[in-house]
Amino acid sequence: MSLSPVEGVALAEIESGTDPVGPAAKGVVGRSPGQLAWLRLRRDRTAVVSGVLLIFFLLLGLSAPLIEMAYGIGPREQFQNMLDGFGMPLGYAGGVSGEHWFGLEPNLGRDIFIRLIYGLRTSLFIAFAAALITATIGIVLGALAGYLGGWLDAVINWITDLTLAMPFLIIALALTPTITLRFYGERGQVSSAFGVGVLIAVFAIFGWTSTARLVRGQVIALREREFVEAARASGAGLGHMLFRQLLPNIWAPILVSFSLAVPQFITSEAALSFIGVGLSDETPSFGRMIYDSLDFLQTDPAYVFFPGIMIFALVFAFNLFGDALRDALDPKSSR
Amino acid sequence: MARFLLKRLFSATLTLFAVSVLTFLMFFALPRDPVSSICSKNCNPERLERVRDDLGLNDPLISQYAGYMKGIVTGRDLGSAQGGRCDAPCLGWSYVTNEAVSDTIARVLPVTLSIVIPAAILWLLLGVGLGMVSALRRGTWLDRLAIGFSLTGASLQLYFVGAVLLLVFVYNLRLLPVPSYTSIFDNPAKWASGLVLAWVALAFLFSAIYARLSRAQMLETLSEDFVRTARAKGLAKPKVYGRHALRAAITPVVTIAGLDVGGALGGTVITETTFGIQGLGRTAVDAVRSGDLPTIMATVLIAAVFVVLANVLVDLLYAAIDPRVRLR
Repeated sequence: MSLSPVEGVALAEIESGTDPVGPAAKGVVGRSPGQLAWLRLRRDRTAVVSGVLLIFFLLLGLSAPLIEMAYGIGPREQFQNMLDGFGMPLGYAGGVSGEHWFGLEPNLGRDIFIRLIYGLRTSLFIAFAAALITATIGIVLGALAGYLGGWLDAVINWITDLTLAMPFLIIALALTPTITLRFYGERGQVSSAFGVGVLIAVFAIFGWTSTARLVRGQVIALREREFVEAARASGAGLGHMLFRQLLPNIWAPILVSFSLAVPQFITSEAALSFIGVGLSDETPSFGRMIYDSLDFLQTDPAYVFFPGIMIFALVFAFNLFGDALRDALDPKSSR
Repeated sequence: MARFLLKRLFSATLTLFAVSVLTFLMFFALPRDPVSSICSKNCNPERLERVRDDLGLNDPLISQYAGYMKGIVTGRDLGSAQGGRCDAPCLGWSYVTNEAVSDTIARVLPVTLSIVIPAAILWLLLGVGLGMVSALRRGTWLDRLAIGFSLTGASLQLYFVGAVLLLVFVYNLRLLPVPSYTSIFDNPAKWASGLVLAWVALAFLFSAIYARLSRAQMLETLSEDFVRTARAKGLAKPKVYGRHALRAAITPVVTIAGLDVGGALGGTVITETTFGIQGLGRTAVDAVRSGDLPTIMATVLIAAVFVVLANVLVDLLYAAIDPRVRLR
């Protein structure tokens, strides 16, 4: 049992005692901050709706191969017979029909719906992996800088400044082919898993700064508190101090920043694919689809709209949920 | 104050130095020979060797870097193949575009400035204004409208908004010409009509973030004691909100704005790509695609300079807005 403060529980008792809505009105029930946050989250209508929407998107992405089986069309199948002489899909709204729910791509004639489902899977996987990695790097560096201070703090701060000063898109644009060439040479066939890995690595290099800043600030605020001093006085090591004493007290803002980082990585991945790095045409992705579709803005607007709306809905749900999560974890904040 | 400024400038210079070294290493560590991309197929070995010599690729890395830096500070002689004498901010010679890189930059930098500066003014006014209004009218339909606006804007993508704007205003309604850049000194009306869509798209997405942030800050400030004191003293509402509360609420907004504007000045890659305007960002992307090393170096450096300068400026603004900072 750590010596962390009991304020959380005490606060919970006061709050639930004065809260007439909850079942706690019958008597004083001790609740952990986590339970309280969960209660608040469940009572928040926006949180529930956006949460359900997110779970729906996640399931959609995870079950992409199943959907392909049920839908009966693969992401690389071409339907040239459904296109007219100019390579434009026949029919209304870019060839929307019972068979092709979102229509077909001009020229190649691939099904947009199933490509979007696979694009969803790619985007979600990259975003979650990148958010996890950057959060880990940021937590470790930020906690070290904040807790130890001194020259280490100065160095980590400076590296943060340096990372922020580099123009991300241009560097990523230049770095991605370089890394790929290093591993594959000029003619090697780049596997799509490798492309995804490179993207995540690029995000990891550039994305950790905000978490590091956040954690550093929080740790500095906690550093001089009595419970930290007590633990230090009883001879706790660095690892124990960081991960058993400090981190449990700042997980709430970290969780919020994580939930808001995921949509940021989704949009960054799309942005990179949009300027033509990122993933090859073989791997379906949102940004890549929008980039390809812009050439047909005048002739086939539906092709621009489906991926655009899809990515908007996904990011919107994430942002709503992140905001609701913040409200639930920190009721004092008024966003 | 002077000491603070000197310290900031010193660390800014150090950061820029590190960026230049890192970029230099990153691009000269490229596995492909930068020369082979310059003259791809019909290139005899002699010319290849000469170009390599002109670029100084046969020298050790450190002297290459020193030469590059010397060129920026004092200018240097690049040899007849690269346009001879290259004056003070010398960023090298591009074999892809066959001109001095500083000339390319001088051509495309005004484009990016013309996109970013009006857009930044728009998004700051719109964002902070909306945030203020919705904080003061908390809970009304106006507030809800502003929240909806900012949530939508924060989730939209620039290329999508840009595409929709293009489709509606240029291709369908034909109200605006296809976006392009004309110098403001040649024809201000054409300058504005060619860039207005880019401003609107950028301002819409950015102001969403500022509306959220300034609303939260304003709400926090309004609950502070000094605001109540000012009201209790009998000060008029506009004066309390406009002078006392806004000033306290705006500091974090200034930080974010500095970073955003600094970053955007370094090249609005997505905006320029969406609207097909050749600014700094587009030039950087083209340079990366064609392996045009001197141009890549120059664009990355300029982008870094903008970010670092913006950071210093933010610190100075802080001191101007918040007197407590000055005491430190």
